[in-house]
Amino acid sequence: MITKRIIPCLDIKNGRVVKGVNFQGLSDVSSPVELARYYSDNGADELVFYDITASYEGRKLFTDILCEVASEIFIPLTVGGGINTVEDFDRVLKCGADKVSVNSGAIRNPSLIAEAAQRYGDQCVVLSADIKRVNGEFHVFAKGGREDTGMEAISWIKKGVSLGAGEVVVNSIDTDGVKGGFDLEMLQAVCDAVNVPVIASGGAGSVGHFVDLFHAIPEIDAGLAASVFHFGEIRIPDLKRKLRKNNIIVRL
Amino acid sequence: MIAIIDYGVGNLFSLCSSIRKIGMEAVVTADPAVIEGADRVILPGVGAFGDAIRKLRATGLDQLLQKLAAEGKPIMGICLGMQMLFEKSYEYGEHEGLGLLKGNVVAMEGRIPAGLKIPHIGWNALHIRRDSKLLRYIKNEDCVYFVHSYYATDCEESVIATAEYGAELTAAVEQGNVMGCQFHPEKSGEVGLNILRAFCEEGSFV
Repeated sequence: MITKRIIPCLDIKNGRVVKGVNFQGLSDVSSPVELARYYSDNGADELVFYDITASYEGRKLFTDILCEVASEIFIPLTVGGGINTVEDFDRVLKCGADKVSVNSGAIRNPSLIAEAAQRYGDQCVVLSADIKRVNGEFHVFAKGGREDTGMEAISWIKKGVSLGAGEVVVNSIDTDGVKGGFDLEMLQAVCDAVNVPVIASGGAGSVGHFVDLFHAIPEIDAGLAASVFHFGEIRIPDLKRKLRKNNIIVRL
Repeated sequence: MIAIIDYGVGNLFSLCSSIRKIGMEAVVTADPAVIEGADRVILPGVGAFGDAIRKLRATGLDQLLQKLAAEGKPIMGICLGMQMLFEKSYEYGEHEGLGLLKGNVVAMEGRIPAGLKIPHIGWNALHIRRDSKLLRYIKNEDCVYFVHSYYATDCEESVIATAEYGAELTAAVEQGNVMGCQFHPEKSGEVGLNILRAFCEEGSFV
């Protein structure tokens, strides 16, 4: 049976890996190529590279780094950040990305999902949504979690999947950076609404949080995190052994 | 030298890189002379069967592959490339494949339990069905990375490994010099590199 995936996320700015706490206060962690190799050798099932550079020069630096990573590391790579057009898909896929995640670009122009899915296949298009509770409702936030779009999150995700998104990353702004566990309520609501792989993001602080995630919501396909992996608070081989001990199927 | 057939389908960056990683030379080409001169041929592919086989036919590469297979040149199909080795596919209609292996390609939908997500995407364990050259460095239960919605059936003669996803799905095939992986060895970490190594190593399959 298919294994649950553990996915470290690398935020890249000016060629370096950074991680924000609640999306602010970035701090430099390590070299992307070094970190990617470390993760690949240590049981990561997939890597996400998130380009948080805005400038043209930064983009070029990012794609150079992506090419370097993809020539050395042979596990699935997902790329996100600054994906606004089908040409952006093309740019990163040519550098060895396997999947491309859309967020603000798809909020501005939902047909981006359909166009990309038609050209590259559903499996290539990942819808990433930053979600926060506003007056008891799940709202989709744009621009790295800074701007409330006012859109209800579950219906947005359903729409994205019907347009052709083959996978969904749910990032809870409410739990992100807090290290108090994944947002099980939000994730369950998404899993109830769609039948594509759902990746949980935001809130992992301990090995136990991943065990809780996969036990509480068996439909969840993967858990994603950044700083707890980058700072060595959770080692992926330990995490996977613990998951297996708890009868969760993982690749060791 | 390994020829990776370029017929305008899919992204070959990782496949090329992975061949180089194991110390072999890879050329992405549609040139019949280069393909004929290669030691081994890889037929990659993503996307829809009908579209891909049409593109292969339009350039006459289908006949070249059939000729090379008959001459004994090692040929490996990957993902859709593996599916094209079979006689027929029922993806959006009915399409003739290359017919290098006996069997048909059918949809998972309706053949696996309804609750399972399609495509079958992620890391799954290989169940090795018999000894083969392609999987000689691989252990039973080693995990590889899959992305597909269709799979090969009626191919008992060639199947060497399956993966369980509501049904036992054909994961790898080998019959003489013709073989294939439904999964992506170029995305399957060390296990995948070892499969490519087994295919590329001198002496094997000849």
